[in-house]
Amino acid sequence: MELIFFYIFAIVALASAIAVISIRNPVHSAIFLMVCFLQVAALFVLLRSPFLAAVQIFVYVGAVMVLFLFAVLILDLGRERFGEYLHHQSPIAIIVVVGLIFVIGLGLARGKLDAPLGKYTEAELVKNIEVTGELLYTKYVFPFEVISLLLLVAMVGAIVLVMKERK
Amino acid sequence: MDINTLIEVALITVKVILVSSILFALPIPLTWIERKVAGHIQLRLGPFRVGWHGILQPIADMIKLMFKEDIIPDKADKWLFKLAPIISLVPIFLTFATVPVGDKITVLGREITLYISDMNVGILYILAVAGIGVYGLIFGGWASNSKYALLGSMRSSAQMISYELALSFAAIGVVMVSNSLSLVDIVNSQKVSTWNICYQPLGFIIFIIAGLAEINRIPFDLSEDEGTLAAGYHVEYSSMRFSFFMLAEYVAMVLMSVLAVILFFGGWSGHAILPPIVWFLIKVSAFIYFFMWVRFTFPRYRYDQLMTIGWKILLPLSLVNILITGLFVI
Repeated sequence: MELIFFYIFAIVALASAIAVISIRNPVHSAIFLMVCFLQVAALFVLLRSPFLAAVQIFVYVGAVMVLFLFAVLILDLGRERFGEYLHHQSPIAIIVVVGLIFVIGLGLARGKLDAPLGKYTEAELVKNIEVTGELLYTKYVFPFEVISLLLLVAMVGAIVLVMKERK
Repeated sequence: MDINTLIEVALITVKVILVSSILFALPIPLTWIERKVAGHIQLRLGPFRVGWHGILQPIADMIKLMFKEDIIPDKADKWLFKLAPIISLVPIFLTFATVPVGDKITVLGREITLYISDMNVGILYILAVAGIGVYGLIFGGWASNSKYALLGSMRSSAQMISYELALSFAAIGVVMVSNSLSLVDIVNSQKVSTWNICYQPLGFIIFIIAGLAEINRIPFDLSEDEGTLAAGYHVEYSSMRFSFFMLAEYVAMVLMSVLAVILFFGGWSGHAILPPIVWFLIKVSAFIYFFMWVRFTFPRYRYDQLMTIGWKILLPLSLVNILITGLFVI
């Protein structure tokens, strides 16, 4: 049962991801990006992380997409220009993708990446958020703080950019 | 699969069908009530011709909407134009998957829960999924390829970004008091102590104001501001596609009322003289009436005022609310 759902979500996610990069109209590809993110959220549910799934919808589908749409709608990128945007970066992209596949393959081969299967246990269902929160503030507190600092810097940077434009 | 699993699956299916058909039918009485409320507030009678006190007016409207010509503008992005009403409708229905209307009842020795699913991330899920609904407005306005519609959709996206923050932060206060994200647990925690409105008066005010903005109703319906934008994002829509937008708006209003009741007014808890479900319905209808009342008594804000209220007043206030709540909870 779980496997069937996994394949549905995975296939739709991959198909929509391909659609994102192959469709010329930027707004249409934004919609497919949304579909892709939703499938990833569904995969998180299968991996017993309902909290991550909700956050995925909140952050990626919600906020990032709204901002992205702002850029797309206001910049009004020409359709042709958008199509040729990525040509110079393809060698680098290929290298990165091959590297990523290698790393993931290595993880799979060594058995470090595996998903919990079977039914949700009661503890996993109820304690999901508590466990996530506790880990963030104890074991992973340093990366957590670094990321929040990075976000702050990015926010200040955005504000500085806007201030410059006004003068 | 054994018989128990089959019964479970059947129960869930029945619940899903029941909830969606109720939500589909709700706008029929609600539009009539809204127009009657509008009429009496403005010292008119409201609809009066079709049926007793105009009670069949929504049916007449529905038939009219179904038989109107479905116009798609020539320059519109046709695919997106057709998709947008569905995008705005589906997420708002999805949120009701986790909305409880009561606890458990026992029928024929089998416990039946009065909700489809009690997620431990309930409130987070509702806020997240309801947020997707706004894409319907944005895409609808963009795909129409019309200036008014585009302006409406840009306004509504900016508005949603600003008010979703305050709305979620107001909900965080409740989560801190009730110590859970699950809606059922939030209601149960209010049964033990008092209603959350006593602990979270500020949170409630922020929640209601941000909620009004979130569901696009006066005084925050800048995206369809008929004074300056004709009809905003749905100016090019007609027939059933238009009614999909309206349906989504009504269901969103019901959702906001239900959330306000569950988060702040104890859900289905109440005195034992009435069954819990009746209490729940009474409270929800009171909120629906409140939303209608607001619509016909307040003027619309200007766009810059809307942004000022969102970012300079509601957001800091909601942060203060979280801080105070945190101090008390600890």
